[in-house]
Amino acid sequence: MFRYFLRRTLMTGITLSLVGITVFFIMRLIPGDPASLMLGESATDEQLQILRGRWGLDQPLPVQFGYWLASLLSGDFGVSTRTGQDVLPLILDRFGVTATIVVLAVAIAVAIAVPAGMIAAWRQNSLTDVVAISLATLLLSIPSFWLGLIMLLVFGLKLGWVPVLGFVGFDGDILRALSFIILPVVTLALIEIGVLIRMARASTIEVLRLEYVTHARAKGIPEWKVLVRHVFPNAFAPTLTLIGLMLGNLLGGIAVLETVFTLPGIGKLLVESIFARDYPVVQGCLLLTATVFVLINLVVDLLYPVFDPRVTVE
Amino acid sequence: MINKANLFAGAALTGGLLAAAILGAFWTPYNPLQLDMLNRLGVPSSANWLGTDEFGRDVLSRLMAGATASLSIAAITVALAIVSGTFLGMLAGVTRGWAARGISAVSDALLAFPGILLALTLIVIVGAGRNGIVIALAIAYMPGVMRIVRSSVLSAREREYVEASRVIGNSELYTMLVHVLPNCLAPITVLGTSMFGWAILSESALSFLGLGVPPPAPTWGNMLASGQPFFEQALWLSLAPGICISVALLGTNLLGDALRDRLDPRMAAI
Repeated sequence: MFRYFLRRTLMTGITLSLVGITVFFIMRLIPGDPASLMLGESATDEQLQILRGRWGLDQPLPVQFGYWLASLLSGDFGVSTRTGQDVLPLILDRFGVTATIVVLAVAIAVAIAVPAGMIAAWRQNSLTDVVAISLATLLLSIPSFWLGLIMLLVFGLKLGWVPVLGFVGFDGDILRALSFIILPVVTLALIEIGVLIRMARASTIEVLRLEYVTHARAKGIPEWKVLVRHVFPNAFAPTLTLIGLMLGNLLGGIAVLETVFTLPGIGKLLVESIFARDYPVVQGCLLLTATVFVLINLVVDLLYPVFDPRVTVE
Repeated sequence: MINKANLFAGAALTGGLLAAAILGAFWTPYNPLQLDMLNRLGVPSSANWLGTDEFGRDVLSRLMAGATASLSIAAITVALAIVSGTFLGMLAGVTRGWAARGISAVSDALLAFPGILLALTLIVIVGAGRNGIVIALAIAYMPGVMRIVRSSVLSAREREYVEASRVIGNSELYTMLVHVLPNCLAPITVLGTSMFGWAILSESALSFLGLGVPPPAPTWGNMLASGQPFFEQALWLSLAPGICISVALLGTNLLGDALRDRLDPRMAAI
């Protein structure tokens, strides 16, 4: 058990270093000198020389990487060339908005889709099952940003139930804050429900066929107890992996949805920064989302033995 | 029963769109770029079945031309990802030592980035536009192909029939192409079908953000983006491209499910 944890954590460390190296090279591949990219067009020659010296841009690449990593590890992610803000507090702040929406949406989706998928599997090939699986496939085929547009049109413009543009933080009026994020949360949840129902259904069907389930039924255990106590833990493990991947993907990948709903999340920040050639912010967004993605997968791996203890065996 | 329906519906939807895309390359009811300022935001009518946009251009013609653009971008992207991923995956599976480890490390690092995020960033390097999208998406999808090919090659490499092929004097390359590579044909077909759908979705998302194919050339994504300001007066501008994208995704999802059931007997019963 302890060795499993240790190995996973070590592997995550290696992946994170690879992520760092990749981002370093991606930023070096952008046409132009890193110092002038970081300082923007208004920089003077003197400023450029100072930064080149500080980053050791006259040194070989491995040394440059060392300088770069050292400044990241000391919390210095640079300064936005567009607004002059420190990058780290900026991206953490924006990330909070995205995380609120994504976590709420995924929580709602899991609460609905996992039971629905299990019921569909339990009644395999019945009408309920066919309806559930068809609905799920339909839902996951709708582009989230288009569904968002339609929701905005119906509930924002036509019915006027929620504000159409903007965002307020959760430190003030909670209900008002909720009214700004309810549409993106519901949009995202609807699409993820499609993905999760299919996964929960497929893994439940596999488990339902196993002999221990027949055995549990033969002992006379009530059917609901068989499903909840015996089937659910085993069927949930693959779904848990999917939830992890989904969280990681969404935390970096709802840029388009945030643009539709004009939410100040990290995806929108990244897109704006790409347009503005604000490379310190681009780099910060990349590092943060990739790190979060890797760490979420680590948490899933560490949680996995709770549902399926076999994975800790070599 | 469900599988057959999936196969039929998926093939019909995908085939229909492919037909529209091929037709759109040669013929559209009107010129998709022809401006007609007297006929702006025209409602759907017998002359313009799906109405006209904010410049008076025929929406149906633009959707067909957009299908040509979106589907050809997706097809080229998937082909590039599969060819390069298969090559690198074989290289990583066959050779031992630093080259193999290097390739695997790079692909693992790329897999640590959420999909569209990597594509977004690569576009910064290769530049926005049609070619930029193809290259960025192909690089983003390539590691997935590579991983499948590498693991198939690793598991097949030590099998007796592969050993036998070497023993009777076939070259390493021949053995790989004829005996090892066919093992990954089924998973790659399934992955390729899904990737085709993702590519259509990602292309429309990137074009929607303004990082893809620039106007006036139509794609479903940039049509959605340019229709967004008008969705109170001209709902069809937002509905039509979105429905096209959804139909394309539904088609590839159904086709992917059906192919997976056919090609992977373990999944067939589920």
